Amino acid sequence: MQLSGAEITIRCLEEEGVEYIFGYPGGAVLFIYDALFQQDRVKHILVRHEQAALHAADAYARATGRPGVALVTSGPGVTNAVTGIATAYMDSIPMVVISGQVPTAAIGLDAFQEVDTVGITRPCVKHNFLVKRVEDLAETMKKAFYVATTGRPGPVLVDIPKDVSQQVTEFLYPAQIEMRSYNPVVKGHPGLIRQAVQMLLEARRPMVYAGGGVVLGEASEFLTRLVRELGVPCTNTLMGLGSYPATDPQFVGMLGMHGTYEANLAMHHCDVLLAVGARFDDRVIGNTRHFFVEGRRIIHIDIDPSSISKRVRVDVPIVGDVREVLQEMQRLVAETPQRLDPVALKQWWHQIGEWRGRECMHYERSDTLIKPQFVVETLYQVTQGDAIITSDVGQHQMWAAQYYKFDKPRRWLNSGGLGTMGFGLPAAMGAQLAFPDQVVACITGEASIQMCIQELSTCKQYHLPVKIVNLNNRYLGMVRQWQQILHGNRYSESYMDALPDFVKLAESYGHVGIRIENPADVEGALREAFALKERVVFLDFMTDPTENVFPMVKAGQGLTEMLLGAEDL
Amino acid sequence: MRHILSLLLENEAGALSRVAGLFSARGYNIESLTVAPTEDPTLSRMTIVTNGSAEVMEQITKQLNKLVDVVKVFDLNEGRHLERELMLVKMRAEGGAREEIKRTADIFRGRIVDVTDQTYTIELTGPRDKLDAFLEALDPLMILETVRTGASGIGRGDWIMRV
Ligand SMILES: Cc1cc2nc3c(=O)[nH]c(=O)nc-3n(C[C@H](O)[C@H](O)[C@H](O)COP(=O)(O)OP(=O)(O)OC[C@H]3O[C@@H](n4cnc5c(N)ncnc54)[C@H](O)[C@@H]3O)c2cc1C
Ligand SMILES: Cc1ncc(C[n+]2csc(CCOP(=O)(O)OP(=O)(O)O)c2C)c(N)n1
Ligand SMILES: [Mg+2]
Repeated sequence: MQLSGAEITIRCLEEEGVEYIFGYPGGAVLFIYDALFQQDRVKHILVRHEQAALHAADAYARATGRPGVALVTSGPGVTNAVTGIATAYMDSIPMVVISGQVPTAAIGLDAFQEVDTVGITRPCVKHNFLVKRVEDLAETMKKAFYVATTGRPGPVLVDIPKDVSQQVTEFLYPAQIEMRSYNPVVKGHPGLIRQAVQMLLEARRPMVYAGGGVVLGEASEFLTRLVRELGVPCTNTLMGLGSYPATDPQFVGMLGMHGTYEANLAMHHCDVLLAVGARFDDRVIGNTRHFFVEGRRIIHIDIDPSSISKRVRVDVPIVGDVREVLQEMQRLVAETPQRLDPVALKQWWHQIGEWRGRECMHYERSDTLIKPQFVVETLYQVTQGDAIITSDVGQHQMWAAQYYKFDKPRRWLNSGGLGTMGFGLPAAMGAQLAFPDQVVACITGEASIQMCIQELSTCKQYHLPVKIVNLNNRYLGMVRQWQQILHGNRYSESYMDALPDFVKLAESYGHVGIRIENPADVEGALREAFALKERVVFLDFMTDPTENVFPMVKAGQGLTEMLLGAEDL
Repeated sequence: MRHILSLLLENEAGALSRVAGLFSARGYNIESLTVAPTEDPTLSRMTIVTNGSAEVMEQITKQLNKLVDVVKVFDLNEGRHLERELMLVKMRAEGGAREEIKRTADIFRGRIVDVTDQTYTIELTGPRDKLDAFLEALDPLMILETVRTGASGIGRGDWIMRV
């Protein structure tokens, strides 16, 4: 069948089963928008800023596991999208981004709204393509989805010049694609897997450290089974939260800069560490020299060879898909009657129990000031732990991670690697579209929310009843915390002056706004908000402006050098 | 330590900038980089001379392999290999110096490929040290211009790199 490049683009999306495309029109994509208009299978969501299109598509992918798709115009459309592309790249989120480009004949002539899109995005995509001939379009789209969703996932951009979207050719969508230069590994090395299982079974102080790769690889179930079968402690990175049930007694909490006392100490004192789909990030292990422990052996499972032995040398490197490798490990464990030494394991749990006894998540309660931790705890109770939570970046993000207990994967959507303020609200939209019947709440701060606040309008247009939990401390709280602890209380430009009246702001977009100033009103307000099932509710909690996130490992320090509370300052 | 990496990559626009971008973004050194299409026009062959510790080299190789356009990566240091570089040197060549330059070029098996009343242009191929040694043997005041291609490398004997 003869179709235009624009029609081919949309047909490819259809072939890939794409439900929603998030975007914003402009000159270079007018033919594609025209093709969108003339069909009704792929639904377009018109955002209010391209950054939001990217975050919404990204969160759709995080919530469902299916690739998110965004469409932007050339020039400023692309540059606005870059933050969103980089956000997805850093967290390995599968996404296909379609961008318009000036006509092929105009490329390189400083044409109107021309930017070197492939050049600008190159360092923050898994791969990108400039389609120069309409005959190559369908195959390129196929490659884009294939590359984005296989191996270590990531965003792939397809840049389509305007004339290519207009030209006509025969449409043929390849059923399968092979690329000689791209063959991600799936199965792990059997000998190394065997060695890993043996090492774990012989451990006296074992520890499992699981990250975003377990969520991305749909392997939570296998992780949970293996950890339970072996009776060993498990921690999660910020990106891994939900990959192991947080309410399980074997879960020791998140680790890292703002991780629990017990998780960080167990990381340091274990004798065998199993790292699964986690990349030894600097916010997780702190100073690498301090992280090194003589005699501790490390097993590392990751689909990306370059994640292995990047920051930390490991003893058993297993390149493969977590799901496959964990399944294989489980099979080997089931085959042998050998289990970990019960006496050693008991002692180890006893030690962990002592560390837990420090109650590092304890915070001062108050009758007069709203403690942000209390808001998150109450949110957890009111939603019965079953909401999809998105967040922005800052203290509120850490409190969300610490006090909302995620028992399932894909319920916690946040920007970990890039740390992008502005992610939360558009992410909530993407998640709500994917799961219209789910409760979706965005935990944010008064600064972050203002970075994509315009999306309140998109929520209205598409009836996306997300709930916004604004922990309003009148500060760039995370910045203020560092200034307090590391820069001698000099609060340089971290006070959020001239804040809008968020209640009126929400109302002006056609939503409900509630301001909460007393701890006694927290629960009632949350219940009221969640009762309004069809509405966007903006909950503006006036929280204690001096509250800090603890525990805290200062940048550059070791995991065991934690500040546990204000008394440590 | 100095390493010679040999790459096969898709002969596509942008493949070179992906490799170059990777080196600059991650702070790896490039001593030289050469690239040209192979006998199979869909493939390019690239030689990169770089240096780094064993850990850095491991990351460089892994990161290169991760680039979607890269088909194969070999570290030629892992086996017996040849390294050749081409250099063109333009010399001031007048009077008695002409004979002297010619003799030096002969010793290094260089060829004079362009001649004027005042200049000689000498072509020389060889491993890097040979080219360096030749330059040292010349009178620096007489050198007008030099251009070097950077190293190309290939495995010896039956160590063959193809898709
Ligand atoms: C303000 C702030 C504070 C932070 N504090 C903390 C903190 O205290 N603790 C913390 O943990 N993080 C913290 N982070 C987040 C941190 O920056 C990193 O984003 C995060 O720790 C990385 O998580 P990860 O190691 O699970 O890796 P991810 O970024 O999730 O990477 C996943 C890994 O899994 C691999 N993978 C993907 N798919 C598969 C598969 N199918 N099979 C096998 N492997 C696969 C990938 O190759 C990659 O190596 C903070 C971020 C911010 C913004
Ligand atoms: C786009 C962007 N700019 C700057 C930062 C640096 N930054 C990290 S947290 C933070 C403050 C966030 O303030 P707020 O949203 O009010 O959250 P709080 O920490 O107060 O909970 C800033 C500025 C960032 N992460 N992202
Ligand atoms: Mg704030």
